[in-house]
Amino acid sequence: MSQKVLLNSKEVNIILHRLACQLIENHNDFTQTAIIGLQPRGTYLAERLITILKTEYKIKNINAGHLDITFYRDDFRRSDKPLEANTTDINFIVEDKKVVFVDDVLYTGRSIRAALTAIQSFGRPKEIELLTLIDRRFSRHLPIQPDYRGRQVDAINEEKVKVNWKENEGEDAVYLINN
Amino acid sequence: MSELSVNHLLGIKYLNQEDIKLIFETADHFKEVINRPIKKVPSLRDITIANLFFENSTRTRLSFELAEKRLSADVINFSAAQSSLKKGETLIDTVNNILSMKVDMVVMRHPNPGAGIFLSRHVEANIINAGDGAHEHPTQALLDSYSIRERLGEVKGKNVVIVGDILHSRVALSNIFALQLQGAKVKVCGPKTLIPKHIEKLGVKVETNLRTALNWCDVANMLRVQNERMEISYFPSTREYTQQFGVTKKLLDSLDKNIVIMHPGPINRGVEITSDVADSDQAIILDQVENGVAIRMAIIYLLASKIKQ
Repeated sequence: MSQKVLLNSKEVNIILHRLACQLIENHNDFTQTAIIGLQPRGTYLAERLITILKTEYKIKNINAGHLDITFYRDDFRRSDKPLEANTTDINFIVEDKKVVFVDDVLYTGRSIRAALTAIQSFGRPKEIELLTLIDRRFSRHLPIQPDYRGRQVDAINEEKVKVNWKENEGEDAVYLINN
Repeated sequence: MSELSVNHLLGIKYLNQEDIKLIFETADHFKEVINRPIKKVPSLRDITIANLFFENSTRTRLSFELAEKRLSADVINFSAAQSSLKKGETLIDTVNNILSMKVDMVVMRHPNPGAGIFLSRHVEANIINAGDGAHEHPTQALLDSYSIRERLGEVKGKNVVIVGDILHSRVALSNIFALQLQGAKVKVCGPKTLIPKHIEKLGVKVETNLRTALNWCDVANMLRVQNERMEISYFPSTREYTQQFGVTKKLLDSLDKNIVIMHPGPINRGVEITSDVADSDQAIILDQVENGVAIRMAIIYLLASKIKQ
């Protein structure tokens, strides 16, 4: 197994700030916006962005939540491992809000497809955007593209992209792992 | 997430501690789902479930059906009253006929103890026991424990007394197994005629004085007096039963502590418990019903995930 650093901590930090600024460009004061981190790994990215928006750009009252897509996935009973559910935490109605899905890696697009179905349980959003830290282009199974991307990566299917977060793995970094 | 250790839910005695933990954690997620504006997930859209009720049921059947529908499974219902059983068909034939219509899972209530176990050995489908005679009613016991966990934080170390007709009760037996597996202490309380002989061998203490039992416990699970299962009289009169084993608000208020009151339903108001007890804050009877849907969703989901395509 070999691994290559795609992004180090400094680069991750720069990208997070850029993404936060791009969000502000499109969402102004965020009153009609809901930032939804996709479980399990998108929630770290969502929390980071929200922290930056709150502390550095003084944006208050951001609607934020976590969405678990386990029960909406299309590979139930197809994978060898049982699917592990996580908590969903959305304590507001997304009706007429601009929803931003936040996930760490966009790969086949199937998680996003599941999230698009899942979010309907909380109302009819005005629009839905997608923000990902890593976009593995050329790997898509579905016609889904991000609106905000941190870094585009060309990786073959045997390779794995792993995003580490300080609060979980002790460092901010993105690796390309070759098995 | 780990998997359930079993392919069928036939009784609590076939489960281990990890299974119960997994079922409860999964039910937590489903409880959140059923409190959303849209209470439905598409997980089981390619699964068909047959609800076979060879004995009357309202609550359990509705709860199962709702759980199945909330998971987007296709559901067919069958009740013995309208079936070919009366024409002399055997249980295996009945079920195999239903399974040839491509059914993946069977929820069955049957008056004979062990019917689910028998079926699981002879047909190709996951079986969920929704009550088999006086044997087990595992989903009821799981939702009871889940409701205790929700109200008191955990089941471990709690004292639970099961009051009433223990002899005819599958709820009592499944509850005893489930509570002990989770580290709770269990006593049973009721007229001696309605307490099975040798029940102490299950590690359960028998208490014939209701007040003593209530003073000992954290939770009292009040069972229904099942008149329909009693061919002979087990106690002189309902009035006498109520005087000795009925819980009243006055009795509850005279205890040193606030205990939790449970009832698997349907309640005979004024017999096992009075109306003011049933409707008080100490009673979690309606929470049990809500949790029943979440627990059954969890069980169906976990068993369905073991059906490979």
